[in-house]
Formats: sequence, structure tokens, C-alpha cells
Amino acid sequence: MATEKEVVLMKGNEAIAHAAIRCGADGYFGYPITPQSEVLETLAEQKPWETTGMVVLQAESEVASINMVYGGAGAGKRVLTSSSSPGVSLMQEGVSYIAGAELPCLIVNVMRGGPGLGTIQPSQADYFQSVKGGGHGDYRLIVLAPASVQEMADFVDLSFELAFKYRNPAMILSDGVIGQMMEKVVLPPFKPRRTEEEIAKECPWATFGRTKGRQPNIITSLELDPAEMEKRNIQLQAKYRLIEENEVRYEEINCEDAEYLIVAFGSCARIAQKAMDDARAQGIKVGLLRPITLWPFPSKQIAERAKQVKGILSVEINAGQMVEDIKLAVNCSVPVEHFGRLGGIVPDPDEVVCALKEKLM
Amino acid sequence: MKEDIIKPENLVYKKPTLMNDVPMHYCPGCSHGVVHKLIAEVIEEMQMEEKTIGVSPVGCAVFAYKYIDIDWQEAAHGRAPGVATAIKRLWPDRLVFTYQGDGDLACIGTAETIHALNRGENITIIFINNAIYGMTGGQMAPTTLVGMKTATCPYGRDVALHGYPLKMTEIAAQLEGTAYVTRQSVHTVAAIRKAKKAIRKAFENSMAGKGSNLVEIVSTCNSGWKMSPEKSNKWMEENMFKYYELGDLKDK
Repeated sequence: MATEKEVVLMKGNEAIAHAAIRCGADGYFGYPITPQSEVLETLAEQKPWETTGMVVLQAESEVASINMVYGGAGAGKRVLTSSSSPGVSLMQEGVSYIAGAELPCLIVNVMRGGPGLGTIQPSQADYFQSVKGGGHGDYRLIVLAPASVQEMADFVDLSFELAFKYRNPAMILSDGVIGQMMEKVVLPPFKPRRTEEEIAKECPWATFGRTKGRQPNIITSLELDPAEMEKRNIQLQAKYRLIEENEVRYEEINCEDAEYLIVAFGSCARIAQKAMDDARAQGIKVGLLRPITLWPFPSKQIAERAKQVKGILSVEINAGQMVEDIKLAVNCSVPVEHFGRLGGIVPDPDEVVCALKEKLM
Repeated sequence: MKEDIIKPENLVYKKPTLMNDVPMHYCPGCSHGVVHKLIAEVIEEMQMEEKTIGVSPVGCAVFAYKYIDIDWQEAAHGRAPGVATAIKRLWPDRLVFTYQGDGDLACIGTAETIHALNRGENITIIFINNAIYGMTGGQMAPTTLVGMKTATCPYGRDVALHGYPLKMTEIAAQLEGTAYVTRQSVHTVAAIRKAKKAIRKAFENSMAGKGSNLVEIVSTCNSGWKMSPEKSNKWMEENMFKYYELGDLKDK
């Protein structure tokens, strides 16, 4: 295990595993699937149960993994799972239950191309699934999109902090590029796992034994009285509005003088950044806005930038998903176009520049 | 009644203090209430009321959490063994059990059941087998007997159409991870006493780290079976016990 502050070279998937151990996670439950298996492999190799006491378990399926996460989160523990697109689809019922019961946890999706078994190559085609629900019912996940191995490491603790702050599941929405590529990374400092007293204080709602004098804690999403169920839903919506108000995160590069704006997230934002540089070298004033939280979405900031630019290009490794949220944000005030590649193909920067010229100029 | 006999030392029976004073939604004659009472008694006798987490299923027992005064998690249909696995691994000194029906445990949750048992998770699974889906209105279960009529096999379970009733407890007994596997019932006073002993042994095993424990309770569903409670007990004795034989299948 690398020591603190040391710069190490590793894959995004490995960074997730190391960061989980370091940020005091209590448990990981997962099932192998390409291109994210290194998360479970790294945890198995690191044996954190011998050091921090973190539980690591290879489950019998993604369905079991997410329900283990439900159990662990309901019991007040910091738990996570990771998978890739088909596996995350399998988890959706459990994710809906977790959201309904308002349990804090982390789900990592290292996306690959679909639909169906699709391909093991990278994709961003699970945007809709991640930010619009995915499972049944009206719910939201806090979705963070890392664009580097460093952010894979940094977003683990951030996700847990946000998840516990709002009692809401959080997701790291990555893809095969970030999961598999190796980069320099400074791992987060070690944070001890919470003690029983600390858990009791932070999670008075959790199930770890009904101590004398208190009412039993019940973790459930069930309520058969429609009036009560509507109330619960309204409370959930109020929480989501609060998160939208407080937790929007994004990065802007060269936006001050931009005449055209590229919006891209995750691995695609790295490609878009190069495209932006190339376009600027050709004299086209392009800026990049990278949403870091895909939900809550930086709608206000995009609407603000729409006032100064002639057009917006949404660059995604999918057939056009985030572009819908951009269109909603700018409300037809400027042209909004989409460019993407499909089937596991990652776009080249020059393709992006061509698309920008063809579609917006 | 003579006042002098009402003394604590003369007490022969009382409602377990862990049973909440609320009306139960179970039909009169249903086995669930008796099994709930036994679980409450055992937790109380083991003095584990502050250290127990129950996992309730989807099915008639979905509201088990309303009746026993402990912490509960209500699991998705069939996933209780996964939920319990995580709770027990993360809180190893707690008593963790699931309470599941036949559709939950032996149909939609077959994978979770087998794998939790086979990993030797130190949990207890209480398995209510009444050979029918009670909550959804009496449809065919994986354990519905051949020839038995339900809403989705109105002419009787036909093996050519529906296959055979599944003996999950026999499967569980073959798994290396299980410590104690037993099949009980609660239709007579003697049976209730035996079932309670079985639950106690299973709970003690899970606390002693001996592995997984499965206590099947062959039960009646008089509403689903469309019989009186009394006739249901008789029908169960004559038909269910032939296919689902009572007794310990494994005691490691």
C-alpha cells in the first residue's frame, strides 16, 4: 500500500479500491465484470480486513451485491459496490429501494457500450440511467463524473460525504477509459473507520440493535397509505431540490471570451479539452464546461454561458443524452448540437473540431 | 378468581414482552403469528433484544417489523439473505436472521438463499412454507404440491406444465456452509415446542459462528387454501408432511 502524499501510478479502477480503504469504508460488495474487475481484485489483494477491518465480499451476482449494500447502509456502515453497465442494470431494483429507504452508499459504474451485452469498450451511454432514475419510482442519485484517475480517488470520499449528508445514494459514473488508463495519482490520506459510538451519533436511524429506551429502527421503502406515501415522496423531492441548490459542481476552461461552448463530462471532457485547444489554435474561440456533478446538473451555469456564445456542442460517447439537459437549461436561446461516437469508439479531437465547425459555424 | 393465586411465581404463560401490542394483519388461523411469537420469545430468553436485527421479506410477512420490537430491515423480494449477509459481516456480534416465505426464498431468491447458506454466513433463515403466494392472492408457489389448486394453476399443479415442488431445505442440508437445517411445524402444542427449540438452536449457532442455519416451518394458509383453520391443519398433516417430512436434516 502506498504511503501518504506519495505519487503513484495506477489505473482508475485501482484508485477506487485504494481510496475506499483509505477513506474508512466499512464494506465492499461486488461481482466481476469488465472493465471494472480491478476494483474487486485490488481490494482482494490489499486484504483491508487485516488492516482497517473493511469487509470485502465477492457476491453471487450484482443483484446480491446491491442488496448487500442495502443491508450494510441500513446498518449505518460506509459501503460501496462497483460494476459496469450490464451489471448496474441488474442493480436497478436495489438502487430504487436504497433511494426509497434513503440510505447513504456509493455505487461505481465504469461504463461500457450497450445496449445488451454490447461491448467491453468505453461508453457514456448510461447517462440517462444514472441521472434520470434507472430504477422505478421518482428518485435521484447524486452522480459524480471523474475525468482523471485522481478524481476517481478523490470522489470516493466526496461521494460518501454527500451520501451521508443527504441520506442518499451517490454514484461515481466513470467509463472504461478512466477505469483502465494509468495516471499519476496522490491517494487520499488515511481516515479511520468510524467507531460504534460515532456510527450511532451519525446514523441514529440505522439498524444495529434497538438499545433500551429507543423505538426500533425500521429500514423500509414500503408505505401502503397513499396519503403517507405522497408525503414521503414530497419529502424526497424537497431533499432533491436542496441538493440541486447546494451541490452543483463543474469546471470551466477558457469560457471568459468563448464564442462557442463545448460541454463534455468524464473521459470525453479530456478529449474535448484537446479539441478546444486545437480549435483555438485555428482562431476559433472555444470554451469548455465540464459538469462534475451530472445530477445535480449545472443548468444555471450553462444558461449563463449561453448568453455569450453563438452555439453549444455537447460531446458525449453516446447517441445524445446529456444534450437534452443542456437544451432544457438554455431553453432554445442558442443552437445546441450533439456529437458522439457509439459502440465503444472514443472520438478523436479532430472529429470534435470538425463537428463544431459543421454543426455550429 | 382468588386473589392469592395471582402471583409472579404462579405465572405459567405470558405474552412475550417483545411482541408489540398492535392488531396483526394475518388471517385467523395463519401460522405466521405463532412463529413470530416463538422468535420474540427466543430473542428475549437469549437476552439479545438490543443486539438483534431482523430482515423481513416481500410477502405476507413484509410487516413483521410491526410486530416484534427489534430493529428491522425490509428487503426486496428474495434478497433478504444478501441483506442479512452484509449486516452480519459488518456487525459480527449481532444476532441477524431473515424471515421469508416460499416464493421469496425458494423462487425469486433462490440464488441469494443458496449462496448465503453455502458461504456459511452466521445467520438464521426462518422459512415459512405454506405452498402458496398468500399476499398476492393465492398463486402457485415453488413449493405448491402436485395436484394442488391455486389461482395460477386452477386445475391443479401439473408437472408437465409447472414442474415439481422444490425441496429447498433438502438442498440446504447438502451445502457445506450450513450448520443446522431442520423442518418443523406449529400446528400442535408439541410441534410449537419443538419449533421453538429449533429456532433457539439456530440462533445460538449463528452467535457461536457455526455457520448458516435454516429452519423451515411447514405452515398453513387457510385463506389461500380456502379451508377452515382446523381443516387446514388436517390437510397439512395428510398432504404437506408426506412431501415435506418433519425433523432435523442436518445438525453439525
